[in-house]
Amino acid sequence: MEQAVFYVFAAIALGSSLAMVVQRNPVAAAMNLVLTMFSLAALFVLLQAHFLAVIQLLVYAGAVMVLFLFVIMFLNLTEDQMMPGRRSILHVAGVALAIYALFQLRALIQRTPPVSAKPVDAAFGTTKAIGRLLFSDYLLPFEITSVLILAAIVGAVVLAKRRLD
Amino acid sequence: MVPTNHYLMLSAVLFLIGVAGVLTRRNAIIVLMCVELMLNAVNLSFLAFARALGDMGGHVFVFVVIAVAAAEAAVGLAILLAVFRNKQTVNIDELNLMRW
Amino acid sequence: MPLEAAFMAAKIGFVFFVVLNLAGLLGWVERKQSALMQDRIGANRAPILGITLIGLFHPLADAIKAFTKEDFIPARANKVMHTLAPLLALVPAFTAFAVIPFGDTITLGGRTASLVIADLDVGVLFVFAIMSLAAYGVVLAGWSSWNNFSLLGGLRASAQMLSYEIVMGLTLVGVFMTYGSLQLTEIARAQGEFFTFGGVNTWIPKWGILTQPLAFFLFMAAAIAESKRAPFDVAEAESELVAGYFTEYSGMKFLMFWMGEFVEIVVISGLVATLFFGGWQIPWLARDGFHVPFTQIVIALPAILITLAGVGAFWTKVLVLIWLQMTVRWTLPRFRYDQIMRMGWKMLLPLSLANIFVTGAVILLLQG
Repeated sequence: MEQAVFYVFAAIALGSSLAMVVQRNPVAAAMNLVLTMFSLAALFVLLQAHFLAVIQLLVYAGAVMVLFLFVIMFLNLTEDQMMPGRRSILHVAGVALAIYALFQLRALIQRTPPVSAKPVDAAFGTTKAIGRLLFSDYLLPFEITSVLILAAIVGAVVLAKRRLD
Repeated sequence: MVPTNHYLMLSAVLFLIGVAGVLTRRNAIIVLMCVELMLNAVNLSFLAFARALGDMGGHVFVFVVIAVAAAEAAVGLAILLAVFRNKQTVNIDELNLMRW
Repeated sequence: MPLEAAFMAAKIGFVFFVVLNLAGLLGWVERKQSALMQDRIGANRAPILGITLIGLFHPLADAIKAFTKEDFIPARANKVMHTLAPLLALVPAFTAFAVIPFGDTITLGGRTASLVIADLDVGVLFVFAIMSLAAYGVVLAGWSSWNNFSLLGGLRASAQMLSYEIVMGLTLVGVFMTYGSLQLTEIARAQGEFFTFGGVNTWIPKWGILTQPLAFFLFMAAAIAESKRAPFDVAEAESELVAGYFTEYSGMKFLMFWMGEFVEIVVISGLVATLFFGGWQIPWLARDGFHVPFTQIVIALPAILITLAGVGAFWTKVLVLIWLQMTVRWTLPRFRYDQIMRMGWKMLLPLSLANIFVTGAVILLLQG
């Protein structure tokens, strides 16, 4: 049962990410990425990371991708233009590099000894457990992340402001 | 229980689809979206290992990665808006002022 | 296993039935309530076999009209996105009802099961995550219609929705701190306890509206703004932007947007009833019977009666909150768009952060 769910959502993730990379229309590419993130959230639930699955939906699929859609509509982008002649070499080179890297990674993964999953208790992946970790062992990264987000907010507002000169 | 290697292979394939997209596409926004895809693939492999080892440090890492990726998407799109206002294009072949 | 699957199917069927019927009825409620408030009669002409039942057949007439209308897509519009947008507006609203509990645990033939479709331990976050997907329906509808008014309305509406999502999330942090859990069944159950001052039981239940009154008002305002109902309906703006982001929609797709809005009203009412009004709890009615306050008398009642009373109480609270939202809609004039954004970012957001601080301080003081 778990295998079936994994294969279904893995297939959806692969299909929509391929569609995203291939699409000409930016809005269709963005919606395909949303579908990818949705299926990844389902895979997170399979890995018993409930809190992070919901956070992925809230932050990534619900906010970051809406921001992408906003910018695409704001700039009124049409389809992807490419300089003729350079297309075919670029495509072949990019895909060839990716396939080569895929084989290397596959060899690496197959060399990893299979780890039998340690039994985890029911509190694995809950909000309480992550909260406890975030405020005890990982307090410094948490605070630095909040400063980083503040810097990003200020930077985004300053960069995107319309200059009145 | 799905073996961890399956999750790792899926994560690798998604990552490399993102890499192929970054190298091949010319529209800057689609390049940014492929970068987000790469970050998502990495999140998946972190969580697969966290489940296999029973360690929730992986979850904290993914939390931070999601926050950083959201911040980076915001700043990247703001930069893109500023560039578009000046050059009226987001085709990265034409944004070549700093080329030697 | 099949018994649990059958029970789950029964629960899903029940929720679907009630929510869909309520959403259909809300069209009638809107017309009749606005008519009562404006001292007129309202729509009462649709007859079946010559009987006009105070206008209750009008939603049926609306449905038949929507089914039989021509379904067109503008000539230069993106067909896939144009058809996908109403789905993305309706389905997330329905899905959010999967975690809202409408009753306590029910015991049938020795087995206990809880009256909620999915008892997630990240319950409220799930509702927020799913409802944030509704912004896609708006954005895609506005963009794919190839119409300037639609695009403007869509961008405005989605910016408004994103801003008020933040306020909604932050106001509920105070509620989570007070009840110590994100799980909706836990929060509803924790509201059955009573306030005790120095060991003296005051027999007042710890409902959310008594422990977090500011959060209730902030959340109601933010939730009404999120579902783009008046006075925050500048995106729809019936007299200004034609019909905003669903200008180019007709027939069944328009009905889906319209119903999505009503289902969101029901979801918000369900959520507020669970978080602030005790969910299925009736004051002083515990699992073993009715506790008469300030005495030790317990009037024992059969368990099935208590459970059914809880379910009835939940839906009654939902109906009262729906009435409240309708009253607000027909009382207040519409805000301007810049007023909406200013209110969200400069008034509600600092107030919700202040609420978090005050709640934290009070919890620390009461514990120490």
